[in-house]
Amino acid sequence: MSKVNELFGRKLSVVNFGIESFYQDQVKQNTPAVHVDWKPIAGGDRKVAGYLRQLKKPELLEKITAANKEALSRILGAQPYLVGMSTAGESVPGMTPKTILHAGPPVTWENMCGPMKGAVMGGLIYEGLASSLEEAEKLAASGEITFSPCHHHNAVGPMAGVVTYHMPVWKVVNKAFGNEAYCTMNEGLGKVLRFGACDQEVFERLRRMKEEYYPVLKEALALHGEIDMKVMIAEALQMGDEGHNRNRAGTSLFIRKIMQDVYHTSFPREQQDAALKFLNDNDHTFLNLTMPTCKSTMDPTFDIPFSTIVSTMCRNGTEFGIRVAGLGREQWFTAPAEYIRGLYFPGFSEEDANRDIGDSCITETTGIGGFCMAASPAIVQFVGGQVQDAINYSSQMYEITVGEGNAYKIPVLDFRGSATGIDIMKVIESGIRPIINTGIAHKEYGVGQVGAGLVNPPEDCFKKAIAACAQAWA
Amino acid sequence: MKRLEVRKNAYYDSVTLMIISKEVKKIDGVQEALVGMGTDLNRELAGRTGLDTEGFDTVTANDFFVAAECDNEDTFEKVIAMVDEMLNKKAAKSKSDYFPPTLEGALKIDPDLNLAIISVPGRFAAEVAQSCLEHDINVMLFSDNVTIEEEKALKEYAYSRELLLMGPDCGTAIINNTPLAFANVVKSGDIGLVCASGTGAQEVSSIIDQQGGGISQLLGTGGRDLKAEIGGLMMKLGLDALKHDEHTRVITLVSKPPAPEIAEEILKLAADTGKPVVVCFIGGEAAMIEKYGLTAAVSLEDAAKKAVALSKGRKPETFVSFDIGEEKAAELARAESSRMKAGQKYIRGLYTGGTLCDEAMKLLIEDLGHIYSNIPLVPGDRLADAKNGKAVENTFLDFGDDEFTVGRPHPMIDPSLRAERVVTEAEDPETAVVLVDCVIGYGSHEDPAQELSEAIVKAKELAAKDGCYLAVVATVCGTEGDPQSRSATQRKLAEAGAVVMPSNAQAARFAKLVLENR
Repeated sequence: MSKVNELFGRKLSVVNFGIESFYQDQVKQNTPAVHVDWKPIAGGDRKVAGYLRQLKKPELLEKITAANKEALSRILGAQPYLVGMSTAGESVPGMTPKTILHAGPPVTWENMCGPMKGAVMGGLIYEGLASSLEEAEKLAASGEITFSPCHHHNAVGPMAGVVTYHMPVWKVVNKAFGNEAYCTMNEGLGKVLRFGACDQEVFERLRRMKEEYYPVLKEALALHGEIDMKVMIAEALQMGDEGHNRNRAGTSLFIRKIMQDVYHTSFPREQQDAALKFLNDNDHTFLNLTMPTCKSTMDPTFDIPFSTIVSTMCRNGTEFGIRVAGLGREQWFTAPAEYIRGLYFPGFSEEDANRDIGDSCITETTGIGGFCMAASPAIVQFVGGQVQDAINYSSQMYEITVGEGNAYKIPVLDFRGSATGIDIMKVIESGIRPIINTGIAHKEYGVGQVGAGLVNPPEDCFKKAIAACAQAWA
Repeated sequence: MKRLEVRKNAYYDSVTLMIISKEVKKIDGVQEALVGMGTDLNRELAGRTGLDTEGFDTVTANDFFVAAECDNEDTFEKVIAMVDEMLNKKAAKSKSDYFPPTLEGALKIDPDLNLAIISVPGRFAAEVAQSCLEHDINVMLFSDNVTIEEEKALKEYAYSRELLLMGPDCGTAIINNTPLAFANVVKSGDIGLVCASGTGAQEVSSIIDQQGGGISQLLGTGGRDLKAEIGGLMMKLGLDALKHDEHTRVITLVSKPPAPEIAEEILKLAADTGKPVVVCFIGGEAAMIEKYGLTAAVSLEDAAKKAVALSKGRKPETFVSFDIGEEKAAELARAESSRMKAGQKYIRGLYTGGTLCDEAMKLLIEDLGHIYSNIPLVPGDRLADAKNGKAVENTFLDFGDDEFTVGRPHPMIDPSLRAERVVTEAEDPETAVVLVDCVIGYGSHEDPAQELSEAIVKAKELAAKDGCYLAVVATVCGTEGDPQSRSATQRKLAEAGAVVMPSNAQAARFAKLVLENR
């Protein structure tokens, strides 16, 4: 008896590819049926489909599957703790007085977008290396300054992501693997350096951050001892944050955690008040804690041969770049960053927008942010949709990940762990790209944030990455 | 003015787009419109309709485009608005269902999937089918434009794993009493079918149902299975499965005449099943079949009637008559032809079912001598331009054939082109009989008789204006259990003035009777 006869003996269960009415007809007949929202692999790019096929050959696929399982277990096994503060020059590896770190994949001064150029010039003035914008611009173009991605220095930065020698940074350690990650303090909204603003108001704030708030917070953290960031982010997700664009709950939780310690520091009461007020006035304080947490979670995936998991996603305002676990830290796969689909603040429109920018999508890389949009009904309208859209976005992400979070969970999905571990093979096969919640920077420096919305990494990043995987392993 | 909008790397399935194209053309001020992916086919179509305006050369197969010739910019905006509305309507409707993007995603929802219906564009179909087979999922491959090399590779793989690979170009199957794609609601019973033709399978299974029989399984093979290159792999696998299926007591095979060496092989296997087998090689010789002790059928209807007879333990008898009897039929035919004007002397067969068209031609060729067609029985009778040209003497058209389906759905889904042609043929004073099929069941248009009956009324009025009388002979392929209902469909056509015959074979014979009285 053949397998066909087995089929005759069983209940029919239909999967439909193509014409949807064939599926609807099965539903009418109460036949168990699933309709596949089929699209040609890589938009019909045969070459890319060929790479995917090569990687799916049984022997290789076995290695890839095992490697990805290992990568997932490292992501889920991370133990990120906020351990303290320092200046970038004191702790960030490879930092020199004339080094400027920036967001995204490597980029030259000439190719930097408006807001990043503004942030760089601001950074040079902040460091006392230039005294005016003209001087700063000349210096930046002179070749004397080393530009380097934050990601090459165990660091991450939102938007322009500029980090200079004397800036204070938060330090997170992943205790399971011993690796560290750094991020500057979040300046707040409006005219801020990370959006390329570089006037007196910006410098005055940066000065106060360094001279007034940083010493207090550093001592408060020392008094408090390390803070388990994974627990705090998990809690924030249950309170309506998604970990990228909404940070109100996380910021509140963090302040609660260290409030007493702040008042136990040796600084004058006014300075303690000012430091707390600075944290409290800015909903995004917590973003700059979440980002290094995610960075420290993802970095240990790098030395796993054959893993097709995305270890890094980031953008510099010109290009979007990804790195793949099994291909190592040195290989970037880049393509022009896209424009964000979203809502603009009054007075601004699409014409004002810069391309997608910042390291903040390290949150999505780790399975929060857009991947947890369903956890954050409050921001759904801001990014232009209904609650059901957010649920759909988060649900769809399970199609491109190898696993689900064990700490980061989504209440409305019955506390299902968020989609975790983006697999480039699944992205190519499904045609579904990671969804990112993000802010929109003005294309000219000095203006600041003009809106927020949704964006995806360009498909070309994944196409290039899968080609490299096939060339390296097949 | 001609306008073009291109959306790079956006994919929509072709049926959705063809339906949208059709709707968009109805907008006031739109002369011509094409909404589609930039496939070679669509690009060619745009060239032919003059819609390949500036910028069209950059459109690739991965791009979605809207091209229109319209009165002004406002009209084009209306076109775009309607396209977006219709594309989004689909998304809204499906909101409650979650449609995964890949087979893997589907398997997460239901790990027990055991049959895939695949209707993606042909160039991608083999890959999708292969991945299903690798997951032990049987395949019904509706897509056409799959190469014979791909078909061979897929079938060899499926055969080695004892899985079904029905197709390519397989539109009809009934597995475990579940109609798939274009299939009818047929009663359950002990007749198992393996069919290499879609509407042939629908006709045989529907008549089995009408005759009080029932079917165990109806397997499709695709039209090329019995070619030498494929060697009848799926016919063989299907026969073997029916042989071992305890619910199958009678087997029926339906196909165009196969390559002789394949035919011998298949017939020998059929004889070895030890079960009574009815073989309908449409238009083929009976001798070879009978040599193996099998029952040969002279028509699809005859195959169904013989299968039911065997199933009920009766002796199968060849049926070449009319359910209403020869006399009554002759009387009815005379009544039709007596009202005709001199010079009305030809049959115009206008079919949505390819096998039904082929069968009708084969039943009539001896009497008519030549039948001109887009699917001619002999190469010399091919019409140069079936779609736009005029009918020649006795002309039979298959509206499901490629030249009619470029840029539009199959006529069983969208019967409008065929309906229009019914009226066109009425304008020809030489037309005596218009012969039409009306295929119902799952997959087909929700009420194909509506548009057809309106066309029949109009055609008859038109003929009458010239003092002619147009006879319309129709057959409904389907069952009472079908969503459209056979009797309701028949009634609609009869009320429009058609003579409705219970089978395609009887309809063809009746058309001939009408002509004989001329």
